[in-house]
Amino acid sequence: MKTVYVKEEVCIGCGLCEVYCRLEHSRSKDLIKSFKRESQQPMPLLRVERREPISFAVTCRHCAEPHCVYACITGALQRDRESGIVTVDGEKCIGCWTCILACPFGVIRQEKGKGKIAKCDLCLAKKIPACVDNCPNEALVYAEVQDETLS
Amino acid sequence: MVQSSHRFKYLIIGNSAGGIGAVEAIREVDRPGTLAVVSDEPYPAYSRPLIAEYLAERCPLERMLFRPSGFYERNKVVTFLGQKAARLDLDEHTLALESGEEIRWQKLLLATGGSPIVPPIKGAGRRGVFTFTTLDDAKAIDHYLDSQSRAVVIGGGLIGLSVTEALCRRGVAVTVIEMKERILNVMLDEAASAIEEELLRRAGIRIITGRTVAEISRGAEDAVTGVTLDDGTPIPCELVIVAIGVRPRLELVASTGIKINRGVIVDHYMATSHPDVYACGDVAEAYDIAYGECRLTPIWPNAYLGGRTAGFNMAGKMTKYPGGIAMNALNYFGLDAVSAGIVNPPDDSYEVLSQRYDSTYRKVILKKGQVVGLVFVGNIEKSGIICNLIRDKIRVADFKQALVAEDFGLSLLPRERWQPHLEVPPSALVQAAETEPAEELVAGE
Repeated sequence: MKTVYVKEEVCIGCGLCEVYCRLEHSRSKDLIKSFKRESQQPMPLLRVERREPISFAVTCRHCAEPHCVYACITGALQRDRESGIVTVDGEKCIGCWTCILACPFGVIRQEKGKGKIAKCDLCLAKKIPACVDNCPNEALVYAEVQDETLS
Repeated sequence: MVQSSHRFKYLIIGNSAGGIGAVEAIREVDRPGTLAVVSDEPYPAYSRPLIAEYLAERCPLERMLFRPSGFYERNKVVTFLGQKAARLDLDEHTLALESGEEIRWQKLLLATGGSPIVPPIKGAGRRGVFTFTTLDDAKAIDHYLDSQSRAVVIGGGLIGLSVTEALCRRGVAVTVIEMKERILNVMLDEAASAIEEELLRRAGIRIITGRTVAEISRGAEDAVTGVTLDDGTPIPCELVIVAIGVRPRLELVASTGIKINRGVIVDHYMATSHPDVYACGDVAEAYDIAYGECRLTPIWPNAYLGGRTAGFNMAGKMTKYPGGIAMNALNYFGLDAVSAGIVNPPDDSYEVLSQRYDSTYRKVILKKGQVVGLVFVGNIEKSGIICNLIRDKIRVADFKQALVAEDFGLSLLPRERWQPHLEVPPSALVQAAETEPAEELVAGE
């Protein structure tokens, strides 16, 4: 499988990856509308960590041994056997936040209004995730995972 | 029913987190091996913590299922649901069910879980007194309730407060009786307990600490009319929920010779003292990373992971249990709180770091320069990073203050904690990255 990697040395912390992640996961897919008018404003599913002069985006690693999936008490989090993508079933998630405590990277978000988690889905329908596609510095790379232990 | 005999390569007793973890692991390794699950509960695997949602709003069973319908068929699992295991014979490799059926197995997993502790209170054990660990418990309470009901919940731990919140959402007036000096005294520290207690009181819940229930009083037709505390205080109520805790369900193994301490003793491969028998979850004493020893840690994630490990080993793929950590996440009445590992240091050999920012409280507990516990209240989104430092046994002395910083995140940790996981793997690089020597290893200054 492929996932999103960072090149911290060329990340300038501009945050456009967060903007385009939000846009991609919005209802309207329109920049102005999605940020200003949508009642359920999506949140970025990745986050830029900044500590001058260091900055880098942290995305879900879609771990081969996903602690979040093992910790999920409702079965809402699953890792797809074929694609390796870790996704959350919004119908099943009850926002208990156990997965947040289990994630080594702190990348699972709370959608407090909905009382559910939100996480990176690698933009399921797209060939290249929106964050990677829109990074002006190519500081995000969509590349094959090494050492994969896919079943 | 006539006595009949079945034969399976793998037999799992228990159909919750541990049992399902084992099924999934076995099927990753061995598709054709015959596999059966026995459970005294009549339901397909459901999320046990969701019984609070069931009680609060009668969340239907379909929404409580831990795995989609068709799970057992897809994984070729024969189920014996609603069937109680009666007798285990290790020499014969058989399990007798109460129905009279007998199951032969080659590898067995004990994922029998825990059963609620009900102390010998005068007047307990009859109608109007409930426990709260299974869906049937939630159904029984649901049937018994009416809108005028008042409840006394004995025990201010996770189960007690889960049932308290659910009852509160149903309009029931609840009094919580906690024997120790504060609620949630196992999974939270004093400060976080106080925050939760204040929140519950504001929701209209009465909390009495440092007391136990001495007697349950009954009126006409044996109906509960109230409880009397050990100091003589009477509290009128129509139902009593006993939520003191769970103890391992050991009755099946007690006479088999399998080694038991407080729970079934297992090694790093989740194997018991019998080479063909494994155990996991609330019934097992498995390795705990924070404590550095085997102990009971009756929480869902450890049960799943232990079951998964056991499943691999049963199917011949040698897999070491990475160890569990007591992890708890709460969100009673909308306040988020999480804890992991050793929360209340037993002596002064531990170092405690804590900070408060507006509505956020953070505490990290260290021992010999390593994180062994955490408590986060309010903003909890980065708590998993700290929990992982427990898991990986990282020495944090050089950057420990960063752990409770308001803007804590991966970038406040030394480079080697995040870079290897995030950067492009060398083989995938189109052009070789010019990685500078890591000279700025000064996180947390």
